[in-house]
Amino acid sequence: MSTTGLSPAPVPTAGPVIDTVPVVSRKVAIIFGVLTLGMVLILLLAPQDGETTFRLAASTDFVALPELTVPSMAGAWTLTAVCALLTAESVRRYVARRSTPMWVLAAFAVAWMAGFLTWAAAGESVPVVGLLAGSIALAVPLVFGALGGVLGERAGVVNIAIDGQLLFGAFAAALVGSLTGSPWVGLLAAMVAGALVALVLGLFAITYFVDQVIVGVVLNVLVIGLTSFLFSQVLATNTPALNTPPRFPRVPIPVLGDIPLIGPVFFRQTAIVYLLYIVVALVAFALYRTRWGLRVRAVGEHPLAADTVGIKVNRTRYRTILLAGAIAGMGGAFYTLVSVPQFNREMTGGAGYIALAAVIFGKWDPIRATLAALLFGFATNLQGVLAVLGSPVPSQFMLMLPYVITIFAVAGLVGRSRPPAADGVPYRKE
Amino acid sequence: MSGTDDNTPTEAEKLGGSGPTTTEAPEPTTPESAGPSRSHSMLREIASGNALAGVLAVVLAVAVGSLMIALTDERVRETTSYVFARPGDFFQATWDAIWGAYTALFRGAVYNDRVDDFATQIRPLTETLKFAAPLIAAGLGVGLAFRAGMFNIGGRGQMLLAGAASGWVAANVELPTALHLPLAIVAGMVAGALWAGIAGVLKARTGAHEVIVTIMLNYVGFYLVFFMLSRQELLQAPGSGNPKSAPALETAVLPKILGERFNLHLGFLLALVAVAVVWWLLGRSTLGYRIRAVGENPSAARASGIDVGRTYVVVMLIAGALVGLAGANQVLGTVTSGVTVDLDAGIGFDAITVALLGRSRPLGILGAGLLFGAFKAGGFSMQASEGIPVDIVLVVQSLIVLFIAAPPLVRAIFRLPAKEAK
Repeated sequence: MSTTGLSPAPVPTAGPVIDTVPVVSRKVAIIFGVLTLGMVLILLLAPQDGETTFRLAASTDFVALPELTVPSMAGAWTLTAVCALLTAESVRRYVARRSTPMWVLAAFAVAWMAGFLTWAAAGESVPVVGLLAGSIALAVPLVFGALGGVLGERAGVVNIAIDGQLLFGAFAAALVGSLTGSPWVGLLAAMVAGALVALVLGLFAITYFVDQVIVGVVLNVLVIGLTSFLFSQVLATNTPALNTPPRFPRVPIPVLGDIPLIGPVFFRQTAIVYLLYIVVALVAFALYRTRWGLRVRAVGEHPLAADTVGIKVNRTRYRTILLAGAIAGMGGAFYTLVSVPQFNREMTGGAGYIALAAVIFGKWDPIRATLAALLFGFATNLQGVLAVLGSPVPSQFMLMLPYVITIFAVAGLVGRSRPPAADGVPYRKE
Repeated sequence: MSGTDDNTPTEAEKLGGSGPTTTEAPEPTTPESAGPSRSHSMLREIASGNALAGVLAVVLAVAVGSLMIALTDERVRETTSYVFARPGDFFQATWDAIWGAYTALFRGAVYNDRVDDFATQIRPLTETLKFAAPLIAAGLGVGLAFRAGMFNIGGRGQMLLAGAASGWVAANVELPTALHLPLAIVAGMVAGALWAGIAGVLKARTGAHEVIVTIMLNYVGFYLVFFMLSRQELLQAPGSGNPKSAPALETAVLPKILGERFNLHLGFLLALVAVAVVWWLLGRSTLGYRIRAVGENPSAARASGIDVGRTYVVVMLIAGALVGLAGANQVLGTVTSGVTVDLDAGIGFDAITVALLGRSRPLGILGAGLLFGAFKAGGFSMQASEGIPVDIVLVVQSLIVLFIAAPPLVRAIFRLPAKEAK
């Protein structure tokens, strides 16, 4: 891996891989090229007639944006040309030994996606605001879960139990929210529930050195069993009193919420979503810019060294995963306090595993993991929108996307994802 | 190797202080002349508290399950309100709830004393065996991978792909039974093997962690099979609008082995054969030696000339084939009315708990599979007759595995003395 990562040579499974030279990757250019080519193939093989309309306005906008109508094929070809140009730019930068900057990546992503939508929704109109706002709604639990995952793994504890934390959080939020009638108390209960799952994880993984993957998998099953059991035994028999939690109301932010397109997507949300923005920023800042973050990362990368300089390894790990569990629990609360005002058995539907995928695809970095979770949320919502529009792409393939991307990511085809060095390794003090 | 598995390096390391990977590897070097030494090692296993810890783990988990049943029981809650006035009522209600649950479990899983003729009386036992068959097969798949130091969390995806392949052959190929049934089974095993093989190849070639890959493959497999089931030209039953395939033809159905009155089918015998094959493979073959060597210490195995990457691939192929057998068993024996995306019925994940409880030993997995099969069979009857949700079985099952995985915890709870390692 010290050169350009040309051929994925069999990497020894043990021991950290040390990158010493800053590498200019050609992968971006290659991926751009493949995607552009794929687009060209789609357009050539399955041309669509008609026009595509993008509805950019929401009813409550300050200034209403006009609808944007383009002829489908011409629009798609134009955007493909833009993609080709950006690919060329990326190649040029690679030849000049410079890395592709973020704006090129973003521009490519937008152009490609818009081109794809123009083609896929030919003859229909795409509710852009609904598409994006729906993506955020689907992504919120994923982002919370991914943040919890990132924190835990940065401290050296593999957290497969994200799904369990989400589910238990959802359960606790529904139950306590219904009992107290306050969504805030419900949210608090969800955080406690998530932390509780994390505590069990820590007890077995940190104190008793049980393999963390095993504990995580089993905890997920345990939480599914526990919540389903309690749901049918207790909640379902008395739904009005125990399973009708209050919902968080939508709180538009005065000025920001009126901006066209951005406003309705980001700033006309519930309190949990605003909390999410804060948590993402806090975690990203704390992990890289505070003494606490340095300690967490030290414990995850090289516990022995951390111990040598006086950091209490296991105590740090416990505290970090409890915090991580609380954050994941908040994601669970989103299900019962915002999305569906009721708990149902296995209602997370394996979202925790997508969050885990986001952790890996985001390379164990809070901001990237958040972006990955947003991307996965977008893919899921896009699938729903396209299914309504009657798109030519089978919905199952859209749903598959996050998982396939993750497999590519861990296989090193889309930039190698390297976990923290001591991830999953219990620390035994000599 | 006294029970502390390669995958759960808890006890010997913690107590004995022998390093993480230097467990003196007694197993791969155990000579063939194992007559007296095996009984000796069994004695040692019991003495070192592992078998005992297993039993205690089950007891503890069942106790927690009882507590949950009692706490959520309607009558118990009623009597709690006047527990100090009439404690007798409270204890009676608690006892009734728990006793009722476990007798219902027993009646559903082993022997039903409430009916007259013998066949109906032992029918629950045959149901247990029926439920145990896929658990054993899939548990072997997971356990075998454990022995090579790999986690096969992908049982669900492998079963789905296997079920889809078996189901396709069973519904669309016309052959006499003698050819059709084996062909359908083999198709499932091959599909499962290939799906698991992806994880093996990726681990061998790129170092991608198989836990992540198999988890992701579960979902990819789910949507892939879902897609195939919603396409007429692929798997969907002709003329149907549901995501379901055509039922298996008579010639591809696993025959009932105790006559038509019982649901028990040939799949159970196939699972027993699989146990024997894996036992031979692990304990008696060169490949098994390699698998165990890689599982004990990949670096040492590589140093002694074993192609570790290749072993990973081979192990995942065999593991996938075993899980595939479970998938074929479901489609060709248990639910022959057509393939759906629910065909794995949680077996893919249950298999992990089976393998852990069985400590990745073929015979252990057989026992664990039978136990969890009994839980399944009994759980349904418990739900039907006592109104206790079948999910309690999941709770007990996962608690068993948690307690098994942490012997020091169980010892602490029961205040057993810490054992000397070795």
